[in-house]
Amino acid sequence: MKIHEYQAKEILSHYEIPVTKEVLCYTVAEVQTAAEQLGFPVVVKAQVLTGGRGKAGGVKLVRNADEATAAAEKILGMDIKGYTVKKVLVAQGVSFVSEIYAGITIDRNTKSAVFMVSREGGVEIEEVAKDNPDAILKFTVDPDLGMAPFFARKIAFALFDDLKLVNQASDLFQKLYKVFIDADASLVEINPLVVTSDNKLLALDGKMTFDDNASFRQPVILALNEPSEDEIKEIDAKTKGLTYIRLDGSIGCMVNGAGLAMATMDMIKLYGGEPANFLDIGGSSNPQKVIDAMNLILSDKGVKVVMINIFGGITRCDDVAKGLIAALEQIKITIPIVIRLSGTNSKEGLEILKKANLPTVETMSEAAQKAISLSEDFLR
Amino acid sequence: MSILVNKNTRLLVQGITGRDGSFHTQKMIDYGTKVVGGISPGKKGQSVSGVPVYNTVADAVKETGANTSIIFVPAAYAADAVLEAAEAGIELVIAISEGVPTLDMVKITPYLTKRGTKLIGANCPGLISPDEALVGILPGSIFKKGSIGLMSRSGTLTYEMVYQLTYNGLGQSTCVGIGGDPVAGLYYQELLQMFEDDADTDAVVLIGEIGGDAEERAAKYIIEHISKPVVSFIAGQTAPAGKRMGHAGAIISSGTGTAAEKIEAFENAGVQVARQPSDIPELLKKLLKM
Repeated sequence: MKIHEYQAKEILSHYEIPVTKEVLCYTVAEVQTAAEQLGFPVVVKAQVLTGGRGKAGGVKLVRNADEATAAAEKILGMDIKGYTVKKVLVAQGVSFVSEIYAGITIDRNTKSAVFMVSREGGVEIEEVAKDNPDAILKFTVDPDLGMAPFFARKIAFALFDDLKLVNQASDLFQKLYKVFIDADASLVEINPLVVTSDNKLLALDGKMTFDDNASFRQPVILALNEPSEDEIKEIDAKTKGLTYIRLDGSIGCMVNGAGLAMATMDMIKLYGGEPANFLDIGGSSNPQKVIDAMNLILSDKGVKVVMINIFGGITRCDDVAKGLIAALEQIKITIPIVIRLSGTNSKEGLEILKKANLPTVETMSEAAQKAISLSEDFLR
Repeated sequence: MSILVNKNTRLLVQGITGRDGSFHTQKMIDYGTKVVGGISPGKKGQSVSGVPVYNTVADAVKETGANTSIIFVPAAYAADAVLEAAEAGIELVIAISEGVPTLDMVKITPYLTKRGTKLIGANCPGLISPDEALVGILPGSIFKKGSIGLMSRSGTLTYEMVYQLTYNGLGQSTCVGIGGDPVAGLYYQELLQMFEDDADTDAVVLIGEIGGDAEERAAKYIIEHISKPVVSFIAGQTAPAGKRMGHAGAIISSGTGTAAEKIEAFENAGVQVARQPSDIPELLKKLLKM
């Protein structure tokens, strides 16, 4: 789960990490008032749940009221990678002498948190990683030690010589790690963390993403969630035990297991078709799940064929077959369905489908090819 | 032989009284796995499929001499269950539970290292050494004893692959589902080495998927340490960036973790990568000159 910059900075602020003075605004008039209050220059920043705001023109430094109005008019309502800008952050302009990057994420290989810092802050860290990987210093955090004061100091000394800055930084790094742990984050990032002209550390930006698996114990974080239209569908699916991601193709997919679902999409593409979605109906399947899954697929009007690919492990094929028949009785389906069932209780499942006059195919590639040819027939 | 589980496996089931725990206990017993005890706090004295239930793992180990444990408890309690097994001296723990918070996995890792406990998962289908032991939720009937070792981040895709192998007369030594989470227990390198050292494994199938760089690391390890033939399939070749494909670990972020990068790394390591699962048996037969 992602949150906005202003939300991330509210969290940082709550942990007493210094952030810029700023006001969240929804209208041009609010931007004007906020800018006057904060005093020029100010920065007007689009608040959208995607990266690359700067490149898209969603961040503007303004020096007077006219510029503030122009920036607000331009940015509010702007589209950034499919997200409409509905609010902007007006932040006090700050003069600074250097920009630092500081971030914490999980390193899959050391199975620990990794604290990353760089003197080359202010640009996207992925670019630094590509162009100058040595400029990023990585410190693996021992889960038992956490961000011990000495460890935070070690990181701070890697960045600064000035003892005043080292002390500020080590304090800040300990707090940042506490945010990461307390909130079950998968990423916390301050970029840039600047050294102001009066030698103070200040977070000009903040970015956080959170572990969806931990949302059950993070009610405060969960309340910050602002899902997009597609995500609402995905979340709705999740509550029904389904993982759904909408794509642009014409072949609706219902698969059990994430890996098989991905492989099914790959297979459709390999034979020249386009999947309409990723849909994992998961394990322990019951008939209601199949009904929900079918409804979800059919809510996408671009779907011309439904391809069902089930390999039974924890999911029992007879459950799936029963669910399918129940779903077909409930929903009027006017488009063709291609079914492939194999694995646990597949014999029983296939028998049930046969009795209901639902045709099945034997292999995944057969299913993909048949689905594609049916979708092409439809277009004709 | 085989790796990790065999006829000497003495298994405990943590969460044995739950829906999935009890269902799969029966399936594992039917397959011939020695399930010696179950754990469900407060349900001591009950039995599931004839298996005695204990309050704690320590009690169960004392009574049964168990050496392996499988975990079916809800995700919120899974990490604690793994720790309990490790503390009780269990050598191998398989965590089936799906949706375990990543930081829980990070927190328990040092203790597992300290105790020398091997973990598979979480969010995995378990493992099987055909005709010896099934420890997991895999459908036993599709497996056949043989000399192909298999490891995979995905459950159902593993079944798909095994189905193709068995259908083509290629039996398996051991098949391991390592799970789809970003932080998991045993990973490709450790398992590759076990298969390399296992006299009864002639070739290895590695089923990867998008996200992270585990496949790239495995490729490097293969170049340096593995002499047996390895073939691979990577799921998610058509997945869009930034979307988590079901598995918490399966996400392409900022241009890394793509299928193309993984395929390239494998091909550089001499690992042939199949375009679709059904191509794997042919690749293996060629390599093994069958």
